[in-house]
Amino acid sequence: MAVMQRLKKPTTRRGKKVLQSKDPKPTEGPKQCVFMQGRNPSERTKQLLKDIYDLKKPDAAYLKRKNDFVPFEDATLIEKMCYKKEAALFGVGSHSKKRPHNIVLGRTFDYGVLDMIELGAENFKAMSEFQNMKVLAGLKPCLVFNGPAWDLNSDLKRLKSLFTDLFHREKVESIRLQGLEHTISFTATDDGIIYMRSYRIQLKKSGQRTPRIELEEIGPSIDFKLRRTKLAADDLYKEACRIPREAKTITKKNISRDAFGSKLGRIHMGKQDINRLQTRKMKGLKKTPEERKQMRIKNKQAKQTAKQAQPMET
Amino acid sequence: MDIVNEILEREQKKAEKYKPITVDKHLPLEFDIGTLFTFDSNDLDTKRLNSDKTRDEYLLSLSRDNTQLLLNKIWELPTERVEEAIVVKLPEPTTVLPRAKPVPKPRPLTKWQEFAKAKGITKKKKDKLQWDEQLQKWVPLYGFKKAAAEKEKNWLIEVPQNLDPMTDMYEKKAEAKSEKVAKNELQRLKNIARAKKVKIPRVGLPVTSDKASANQLSTAATVARASTASLGKFQDRLPKEKDARGKGVHELIPGKDRKRKLPVPTAKVEQQNNLNLLDSILNKRPKIDMDKAVTKHIHTEQVQRSEEKKNEKPRGKPRKGKGAGNPTKFTAKKPKAGKGQRNPGKKTGGRKRR
Repeated sequence: MAVMQRLKKPTTRRGKKVLQSKDPKPTEGPKQCVFMQGRNPSERTKQLLKDIYDLKKPDAAYLKRKNDFVPFEDATLIEKMCYKKEAALFGVGSHSKKRPHNIVLGRTFDYGVLDMIELGAENFKAMSEFQNMKVLAGLKPCLVFNGPAWDLNSDLKRLKSLFTDLFHREKVESIRLQGLEHTISFTATDDGIIYMRSYRIQLKKSGQRTPRIELEEIGPSIDFKLRRTKLAADDLYKEACRIPREAKTITKKNISRDAFGSKLGRIHMGKQDINRLQTRKMKGLKKTPEERKQMRIKNKQAKQTAKQAQPMET
Repeated sequence: MDIVNEILEREQKKAEKYKPITVDKHLPLEFDIGTLFTFDSNDLDTKRLNSDKTRDEYLLSLSRDNTQLLLNKIWELPTERVEEAIVVKLPEPTTVLPRAKPVPKPRPLTKWQEFAKAKGITKKKKDKLQWDEQLQKWVPLYGFKKAAAEKEKNWLIEVPQNLDPMTDMYEKKAEAKSEKVAKNELQRLKNIARAKKVKIPRVGLPVTSDKASANQLSTAATVARASTASLGKFQDRLPKEKDARGKGVHELIPGKDRKRKLPVPTAKVEQQNNLNLLDSILNKRPKIDMDKAVTKHIHTEQVQRSEEKKNEKPRGKPRKGKGAGNPTKFTAKKPKAGKGQRNPGKKTGGRKRR
């Protein structure tokens, strides 16, 4: 669902600003996420999405209303909501006899669904069931992926990327060491079960500079079972992963710095044609008619001598 | 030696008090410190993982080990102090995640921008305010307060001589402005269509599809034929070719629209018309064109004077000298020699040769 270029101009300055903020940019901010309820959501899926929403909080929206739709059959509602909320990630919860406690996680590209992965929540322990101190909202968590299955199975490979996309928050330049408080661990087995656990990091003394790490589970603790997937085609995925030219670092040629830090440039000059150089015109430098006549005679003589010389040579 | 042993022992005791920060792994882990990501591809302990009792314990210890390794890496990075907080600079993330929106493309140039680029025209910056001599104040070039200034300035608009004195100049001005706005909008849409490579209908003839109908083609041919300076009077025709008729022809070809026939005059009106005509013929008087008369008179005078000059005898003494020829027949021309006839005896005129 690519958006058409607007034909009508925005009438107000404010409207123009809103449209400009929605334009694609070379470097994007954190991805927003929408959590929705599908057909007949169970209490467990509701709570599960709510917990993930809590982990993701400033960059997410939780929609309570039930929607009678199946993401794998018709994703237009997701695309619509993502367009409305300017979101690129989504989670949908539903429940049925065939697929109990069904969670669909996915992401969009250019307001169209890119990846969609269906997971069944087999075991779930909510955050509120762990009676302890939680982490601050908006922290960048450490993401730990365990198990060789993450690399062997293509669906799990994409799911690893999706989980990273969902939880990594934002690219940051620097991080406060005391702010490393949260770890989310994903452990995948060969039979498609993913154990998601969330821990608070406790930094203990170790007698060295680097601290000893102790973990304390804060929830949610979820055992996912991999169900259906709908992954993007390779060319679309490649297009989505394109790095803009602005973000690439391009080294400039012929520029160097010496030991004192001053900038040195190497330039290339073509050969200058001095004969064609236009110098300043002055009346005093102009040739008199007599001089010009003599020049002409001289030229003529030179030509004649050249002509005479030629046949002699041959 | 005792002292050394004592210190070593104390250190060992100290070290035993703390748990280690090192972790042994069969395969090294994969790190992406930019995104605080680590991936452990070592085999899992399926026995501990499958039993419900030991699972959480196992996962906790596994996660702890891997987090310890990740944090060890982070603590190795150079730190700095920012407002009483110790901060590490993270490297660029290596995992490539898909974007939310495509990479923006550079905006396509408009037709004018393309032209300006080809010709090397650069935009000149104009001042936002301009001094208005009439109002004696600074007036903005456009936008806020421009319309008010314009209104103040144009409290009266003169109707030019060549126009009907009853024309509403304000209405005319407003119309011209709205035309300009409409043209600008059309050009904007055309630029968008060009950028999107959309086919847009031409302005002249209405084309409903890619191929024009026979009717439209014949209309186009007729209009094209009439598009000469002489309205196609001297253009060749095919045998049996007929001009197209109908919509589009009469509007585009001047003089093609049928004149409405005048109503048949009544007897009285006709009589009056004829009498008027007769009067105009009988009462004809020669018109006097003063300019023409004056020039004619001057011309005759000039002719007369030139005649007199020709007939007048040249004044002064007649020229002497040999071979001077007839002085009366003197002309500005170069004197000629014998004109090709050899007669050495005869004295001829001509230039004296030395």
